Amino acid sequence: MANHQNNGNANPESGHGLRLKVGLAEMLKGGVIMDVINAEQAEIAEKAGAVAVMALERVPAQIRAEGGVARMASPAIIKEIMAAVSIPVMAKCRIGHFAEAQVLQELGVDFIDESEVLTPADELHHVNKHDFKTPFVCGARDLGEALRRIAEGAAMIRTKGEAGTGDVVHAVKHLRQIVKDMRQLTVMSEEELFAAAKDHRAPYELIRMVAKAGKLPVPNFSAGGIATPADAALVRQLGAEAVFVGSGIFMSDSTHLASIEEATSRARAIVRATTFFDDPKVLAETSAECTGAMKGLAVAAMDTASLMQTRGW
Amino acid sequence: MQPIPIIGVLALQGDYESHARALEQVNAQPKMVRTAAELEKVDGLIIPGGESTTFLKLLEREGLFAPLEKFACTRPTFGTCAGCILLAKRVTHPEQESLGVLDATVERNAYGRQIDSQIVTEETSLPGGPLEMVFIRAPRLTHVGSGVEVLASRDGFPVLVRQKNILAATFHPELSHAKSPSQSGSPDDLERNPDRRVHQYFAQMVRDASQALENSKSAQESLPVQTTVTNRQ
Repeated sequence: MANHQNNGNANPESGHGLRLKVGLAEMLKGGVIMDVINAEQAEIAEKAGAVAVMALERVPAQIRAEGGVARMASPAIIKEIMAAVSIPVMAKCRIGHFAEAQVLQELGVDFIDESEVLTPADELHHVNKHDFKTPFVCGARDLGEALRRIAEGAAMIRTKGEAGTGDVVHAVKHLRQIVKDMRQLTVMSEEELFAAAKDHRAPYELIRMVAKAGKLPVPNFSAGGIATPADAALVRQLGAEAVFVGSGIFMSDSTHLASIEEATSRARAIVRATTFFDDPKVLAETSAECTGAMKGLAVAAMDTASLMQTRGW
Repeated sequence: MQPIPIIGVLALQGDYESHARALEQVNAQPKMVRTAAELEKVDGLIIPGGESTTFLKLLEREGLFAPLEKFACTRPTFGTCAGCILLAKRVTHPEQESLGVLDATVERNAYGRQIDSQIVTEETSLPGGPLEMVFIRAPRLTHVGSGVEVLASRDGFPVLVRQKNILAATFHPELSHAKSPSQSGSPDDLERNPDRRVHQYFAQMVRDASQALENSKSAQESLPVQTTVTNRQ
């Protein structure tokens, strides 16, 4: 631990750093970030109107089906995807694996997702994200978890949901929880806020900021099981400022890829539904344009040991 | 007293909410624009930061490209970062379509990736001294035509320019801060001391254009015979 204060980075964060990191997250608002596993998928995503792609070796549905230890994607795949598109490229590192994060920063990825989808590398600590110039996004299931990640330097929060299932139920649960937690803070007295900081296990300063603003100090996106245009519209209407779609675009079930035509139609439809999330007429059109959705797994039928969302603390 | 201008913010994707907040702070009324019908109801328009490729796909799919092109030919239109890319006549790295209303060549992601994003302070001809500029995966105006007025530059390249009714910035004025005593890195910094001079300047462009439009309307009404004179410069 003694040595991990600076993680070998020459540029620990200055005040400007956080503004630049959150600035990029701001630019992604209202958009769709799509998981891709090669240059071809990345190009399909960009052409469909994705605001960014997440470069992976396997999408969450495949990771779930194949098992084993899931790690950062190989630099070759990440570089291939970075070369293929002009939009921002994100990549995932394991929870607490700051050396993987160093590799991703060195490769020049635009955003790092410290993700519960990969197998955690540290059972106590998340990455100290202040040490990096590259912005981080982290998953959360409630306000306390979101604020702990922000305290560690995250520039964007996303709901965890349950990745790789195509079942939106836990993305909805986590988003509703975060929104409810925030709303409660806005009506609390000063004394109650001190107590709330303890209850949420979050820094008082951040609790106070949320109480005042009624929202997180960084963008709040949604992820985990979003598979259809209506799913995207649902989480947007519940307060998510943008949407991550993982396995839902390129997979037909947990082991088979969808056809290119099918993936393209889903990608385009979800982009449109994310922009016009509050217009039922457009949603009806996009839902009709979209052919099929991944078969998926019902989260309620899963045993707790196979949940990814409980990783991270 | 001049009426409060209604300024649209293209809200297909991007940081349209930051622009809306900035407009409120300069006494303009922001209005989100996602359709051609909404575009008809605004006095001026901001095309925000975001992903220009995403904007283009959605503009084409929604049939908004032509109405936007028509709007930007005559009405005050301000593009920041991705918005600036959309306004420029020529786009490189890679080449892509654009509205082509600003006589300029713009190179996308010219400074590099996110890790090369920077906040700098540069001179500007706007009153009030140097301006803080937030560059995020920013484009660069590699060439501007002779009819384009340069209001600020960075490293010899224009970063804030005006051509008649068009205003364009390669940085994000909606995120500019006035000189602040501390940059502690705390999330508190995000909302501290905004510098709204660029939005103030654009709001004035919109007020002036609306005033000119009013004047020409009343001039036409007072004429004894019908004329075909338009307001176009």
